Amino acid sequence: MAQQLTAKEPTPQQIVDQKIYQQFGVSDSEFELICGFLGRIPNYTEIGVFSVMWSEHCAYKNSKPILKKFPITGERVLMGPGEGAGIVDIGDNQAVVFKIESHNHPSAVEPYQGAATGVGGIIRDIFSMGARPIALLNSLRFGSLKNERVKYLFENVVAGIAGYGNCIGIPTVAGEVNFDESYEGNPLVNAMCVGLIDHDKIQRGVAKGVGNPVFYVGPPTGRDGIHGATFASVELSEESEEKKTAVQVGDPFMEKLVMEATLELINSGIVLGIQDMGAAGLTCSSAEMASKAGNGLELYLDEVPQRESDMTPYEMMLSESQERMLFVIEPHHEAQAQEIFDRWGVICKKVGKVTDDGRLRLFHKGEQVADMPVKALVDECPVYHKPSSEPAYYREFEAVNTADFAEITDLNSALEEILASPTVASKEWVYNQYDYMVRTATAVQPGSDAAVVLVDGTNKALAMTTDCNGRYVYLDPEIGGRIAVAEAARNIVCSGAEPLAITDNLNFGSPEKPEVFWQIEKAADGMSEACVKLNTPVIGGNVSLYNENAKGAIYPTPVIGMVGLVHDVKHITTSHFKEAGDTIILLGETKPEFGGSELQYIKNGSPAGRPPVLNLDTEKKVQDAVLSAIQAGLVASAHDLSEGGVAVALAESCIAGHIGATVNVDTNLRPDHYLFSESQSRILLSAKEEKVDALTAHLHEKGIPFAIIGLVGGKALQVTINGNAAINAEVTKLERVWKDAIPCLMK
Amino acid sequence: MKFAVLVFPGSNCDIDCYKAVKEIGADVEYVWHTATDLSSFDAILVPGGFSYGDYLRCGAVARFANVMNEVVKAAEQGKYVLGICNGFQILTEANLLPGALIRNNGLKFRCHQAPLEVVNNENPFTREYAKGEVINIPIAHGEGNYYCDEATLTELQANNQIIFRYAADSNPNGSIDNIAGISNKAGNVVGMMPHPERAMSEILGSADGKRMFTSILNAWREQHGTTING
Repeated sequence: MAQQLTAKEPTPQQIVDQKIYQQFGVSDSEFELICGFLGRIPNYTEIGVFSVMWSEHCAYKNSKPILKKFPITGERVLMGPGEGAGIVDIGDNQAVVFKIESHNHPSAVEPYQGAATGVGGIIRDIFSMGARPIALLNSLRFGSLKNERVKYLFENVVAGIAGYGNCIGIPTVAGEVNFDESYEGNPLVNAMCVGLIDHDKIQRGVAKGVGNPVFYVGPPTGRDGIHGATFASVELSEESEEKKTAVQVGDPFMEKLVMEATLELINSGIVLGIQDMGAAGLTCSSAEMASKAGNGLELYLDEVPQRESDMTPYEMMLSESQERMLFVIEPHHEAQAQEIFDRWGVICKKVGKVTDDGRLRLFHKGEQVADMPVKALVDECPVYHKPSSEPAYYREFEAVNTADFAEITDLNSALEEILASPTVASKEWVYNQYDYMVRTATAVQPGSDAAVVLVDGTNKALAMTTDCNGRYVYLDPEIGGRIAVAEAARNIVCSGAEPLAITDNLNFGSPEKPEVFWQIEKAADGMSEACVKLNTPVIGGNVSLYNENAKGAIYPTPVIGMVGLVHDVKHITTSHFKEAGDTIILLGETKPEFGGSELQYIKNGSPAGRPPVLNLDTEKKVQDAVLSAIQAGLVASAHDLSEGGVAVALAESCIAGHIGATVNVDTNLRPDHYLFSESQSRILLSAKEEKVDALTAHLHEKGIPFAIIGLVGGKALQVTINGNAAINAEVTKLERVWKDAIPCLMK
Repeated sequence: MKFAVLVFPGSNCDIDCYKAVKEIGADVEYVWHTATDLSSFDAILVPGGFSYGDYLRCGAVARFANVMNEVVKAAEQGKYVLGICNGFQILTEANLLPGALIRNNGLKFRCHQAPLEVVNNENPFTREYAKGEVINIPIAHGEGNYYCDEATLTELQANNQIIFRYAADSNPNGSIDNIAGISNKAGNVVGMMPHPERAMSEILGSADGKRMFTSILNAWREQHGTTING
């Protein structure tokens, strides 16, 4: 019977003769290595298993040298990279667990399911650690909304994220959405989940205890998502559309049940090891769990619940059917576990056992169908140090003077144009589709600098954000990488929180191209410098390479997901202006810096030159000063300056506060330079009149350059520069421009 | 007085409802969908979420859960039953409330604060609001567009069964007559799409939902001769 099912599969000899392994992304030299580890030619199932375990997605074979650059330790770090998600201590025996992951390739071909299962996957990473998921975030990139296909992708990615998160009942509290032609064929869909855990509940994915049973949890396995990990490790092409079968289908209701049952199981204290079945499904979870324990594993594939008939071992091992978990307990706890899953109506089935021989053995229809050394699968994939070379554009851009454009005289129109640019425009159209309030802990909702979620039963809260400006990273990956981390931290600080740590999602083009590999290296250097300086270690993340198609690579986009700790809920601060009479203060120095800016994009359609400079010492000083000012109760609102500079920051603070502002500035800069420059390390504060003296004294003491630039009040944003009217616009009009932009484009 | 919060597979506002009742200092217990006895409870909360995934019509599967027979009995006995969001959908599917909730007219899920007008405050659920008062209660639904036929609507209006309307110019989903919440004829069963349990404190954006829960508690206490202000 087993032979009948697999009769159509290529024989080992055919695998060699026809180089079938190449279809799975395994090179000739890798194939030789695999034959060496096995001492023979692998059969079809074995080469399938090896190919996914040795894919970039699972083995990080091209990115490992890069990942080594990141600082991964810190006094609060309880668990760094390597498990499902990283963990950071927040005091009182509690910890925060978070991770970001990409689902770019699936979303490019099947946006709804691609995005939905991206959310489902990252949630499993969190609860498989034993943590209760409390919030979701995302970071999305699309091409121009003038393109119909892009609109379709945008509409359905958002719907997919909403469909999954809303149903499972975890609030989607923050995110970012940027639009640029470079992402046209390669949208980026990065999903992040944040969970809470007590220190003593932390789980690991280890197959502990020789002889212990291994259980499969979740819906039956089907033929969906076969070779998803391999698919994610190649460039997209016209044939990608045909690879829709490599995209999984999500069932958030099932995941809700699996989550509740799993957390109950973990809380019962009987779990020895647990891991979700994500990329490479049963293969990756079983091999990794065995590897971490230094053990082996036997799987009895006839016992694996199956949704379709006549599934082969190859199909079962490579399926990426969703909402599945694998766990190990002691045999005498079997009935207790079974009762929990029965009550939740979730399948739980014994499918294997832990062995002591360090091998992953698969049995099917009474025969051993695969026998592979676990260590070879998990640890022995070769690591490649790809050649790296500085791209020509980088030198060319050095000569570009980004401030050298004809002076903009109609500053009102320029501001409106930037506010209507989809990257800057209000994302209400997006986040109103997300349930961002369920679990009743969302204190700062989407739309401010970072979301803030209360920690139930304490006086603390968590601030969280995702950030990256891919144009800056493209122009100078090292500075851009630094800025991505710094901006994330600035957003956290502006919300009243101390930055804790980051998770990163490295979205890049093909590492086979030396120019792309150079971008990856340099961006990692910049990120690492910033992480060290700002004391935010990398506790986990994801690498998504090969984000390119016939038209070229995406902008290098290392997305930063950062979490911060609000020590006291009374420190929670939002970006909007609060009350008439409050004083507006701009921190930091403004220089004419336009490389990669929103203004440059609107004027030229593409970035050029160098991005704004970022001095990490300055950045750290500004952030420390603002956080301590907030904690001292001196600050009414705080807003990070980013795309569109001070003009956009003022407009956003007015719009969200439903109040105007009158601003008077003296500057040596051209008015348009002053208003739209994207110089870094700047923050816009407002403070009550009676706090202004204390606040300015505090800023003096900390050595922070600042200017008192105006007052909150009225119904219009009025900006006068060197005595001349620069901007005068009703806030309601700005609000309409800002809020209507995306809905109009999507009609 | 004791509240029950029903839990169906896929309920996800059960915890929030539980927290809201705790917040006003009343007794509350989760009750599993398989339960066959609600006799120890005085008020039943049917929470929001996606019961059974809501892959069919929302609430269409949940109405067949064992516990729903008991909810019908409790309603007949005059106990208070409040269905919120998916709970409202379930109560209409169970014929405890008239009409149906269909897809939002904008065809998208919508989540935001919604201003509601208190239409009827002569009711155990809303007695602590002023008639005509506008309160802020969040909505979060894809299928909250209340629909009923003309005759039913006339009856709802005539019997003062419309409890909440979306405030002027803010109907988020196309509901007929701007209806956000209704009661049965007897007034002891209420269904509403907005989430009062999400409006329990200023730090989360609104505390306007709190009076809904204290209304229920104090109505019960009054009815049962217990001292108010507990």
